[in-house]
Amino acid sequence: MNLIDPRSIYALWRRDVTRFLRTPSRIIGSISMPLLFLVFLGFGFSDAAIPGLPAGVDYLQYLVPGMVGFTMLFGSSFAGLSILSDQDVGFLKEILVAPVSRTSIVLGRIAGGSTTALVQAVLILVLSVPLGFRFDSLLLLPVAAVFLVLIAVTFVGFGVALASQFSDSEGFGLIIQFVIFPLFFLSGALYPVESLPDPIRILAFMNPLTYGVDGLRAVLVGSAAYPLFLDFGALVVSSVLMVAIGTYLFERVEAV
Amino acid sequence: MVAIQVESLSKTFGETTAVDDLSFRVEDGELFGLLGPNGAGKSTLINMLVTLLRPSSGTATVNGHDIIEETAAVRNSLGIVFQEPALDEELTGAENLTFHAQLYGQHKADRDERIDEVFELVGLEAERDDPVGSYSGGMKRRLEIGRGLLHEPSVLFLDEPTVGLDARTRRDTWEYIQRMNDEAGVSIVLTSHYIEEAEQLCDRVAIVDDGEIAAIDTPAALKDSLGGDVVILEVDGSLSSFCSRLDACPWVMKYTTSPTQVRITVEHGETRIADLVRLADETGVAIASVDIHKPNLETVFLSLTGATIAERESNSSSDANDSALEGTHPSTTADRRASTTPEDDE
Repeated sequence: MNLIDPRSIYALWRRDVTRFLRTPSRIIGSISMPLLFLVFLGFGFSDAAIPGLPAGVDYLQYLVPGMVGFTMLFGSSFAGLSILSDQDVGFLKEILVAPVSRTSIVLGRIAGGSTTALVQAVLILVLSVPLGFRFDSLLLLPVAAVFLVLIAVTFVGFGVALASQFSDSEGFGLIIQFVIFPLFFLSGALYPVESLPDPIRILAFMNPLTYGVDGLRAVLVGSAAYPLFLDFGALVVSSVLMVAIGTYLFERVEAV
Repeated sequence: MVAIQVESLSKTFGETTAVDDLSFRVEDGELFGLLGPNGAGKSTLINMLVTLLRPSSGTATVNGHDIIEETAAVRNSLGIVFQEPALDEELTGAENLTFHAQLYGQHKADRDERIDEVFELVGLEAERDDPVGSYSGGMKRRLEIGRGLLHEPSVLFLDEPTVGLDARTRRDTWEYIQRMNDEAGVSIVLTSHYIEEAEQLCDRVAIVDDGEIAAIDTPAALKDSLGGDVVILEVDGSLSSFCSRLDACPWVMKYTTSPTQVRITVEHGETRIADLVRLADETGVAIASVDIHKPNLETVFLSLTGATIAERESNSSSDANDSALEGTHPSTTADRRASTTPEDDE
């Protein structure tokens, strides 16, 4: 049982992608919320004076990287949490009884979840163009892709770690309300975290998505709160950490 | 060659002992059954043997590999069909099998050929590219059994393989299981709470109750151990003089009574009905109905544990031991379970 088994990782990736592509309703569902936010907030606040917004950046420009981050956060976390849906339908046992290391199972899930989250984020990015979004530089898009991958890996790992703490998908609603949404609001996706009161701002600084959104903003819009290498470094650390924690906790999941 | 060797295997969950110091072996090529009510510890036992649960104490080998020390080798040598379906319903049958083959490290060339074989074996060639969600219950079961055999394991575990299937599909599934055992030569361990299933399919049966094995033998030997048929009289009236007449009959091997029922063990029950009816008549007991139970594994279970499997399942909390049907003439035992319906749940 190799710690890292490419064939099994591929099988798990393939399964996630097949399932994702087979259900168009799931794709539409996954991008409809960020798209609605984008349309209503983007237009609704287009003339509002939002404190701390960088000069010369209108709100839609500011919002698009945030919504891409939001899409990644939801897409990736749900992919990690889908271990629980597999548990509900019994399929997790089929995976756990196979001669495959838990590490490979987590890596397979991360590969699959990152891919599907990336597809969603790219769709949002593309759909934002007709709404009026302008890329600062198309040459920097590969850098944006790097950031997207790092965000995906971080939050799939995070989802796996969370899923390991529950025994079925009943905790889903709680997780969304008390974990995922706070992460979203505390990430600078909608407004600069500088405007938040101090104690809450500290939480925002501990949130990997803050650096993800800021990095995306730097690359896509050309305006950022922190240096790019700081965003990049923080995300590398968080993805390594989350994969390690996710794997560690998943190792301890009892199959039955 | 031994397929499975279990040595003093136990599993406790907190205060509860689910599996209590079990030891037994399953020979190569054998179709072995674990018969007992839900909650007897069968699934826990299976989950330990397939490395999904860690034993609290003791150990076992599957195909010669230790279930604690050599999990990878154990997993490679076994296939399992879980009690609950474990298929991805959004994928097609072929995709489910491909996924499985990849997890078990099969190369593409062997894989495709083997998948074709399995579809042929379980008769699902026509449905291979349909989503599993559109399969019937019986088809899903067949696909799972086929999947369990896909990587050519030496032992196949079937945890309650026919639960939730209708009678017809159940029979078909039995045929498949029998064929897998005959043709593929794979050793099979199945758990069941269906008497008929264990009786028809299994070379040997272990009767499991409350985490322990009460008896283990071929179905025929288990039935012979009871030594007779049980004649059941539904009665009305005072039984005392009837009982004393029964005590005097040399051909009555044993009997038990409840206010409305007398169970009498005799050889060749059909030849004694006339005698019993006459005795009842003479002692003023009115007979509402007469029934003969030829020994089956249900009666074996009953005599070993003092309750039927259905009773154990419907009333697992009550203490079953105080209504034991052992003893040659426990004429005053008030068998309070006799008022429930001691029927198989089919």
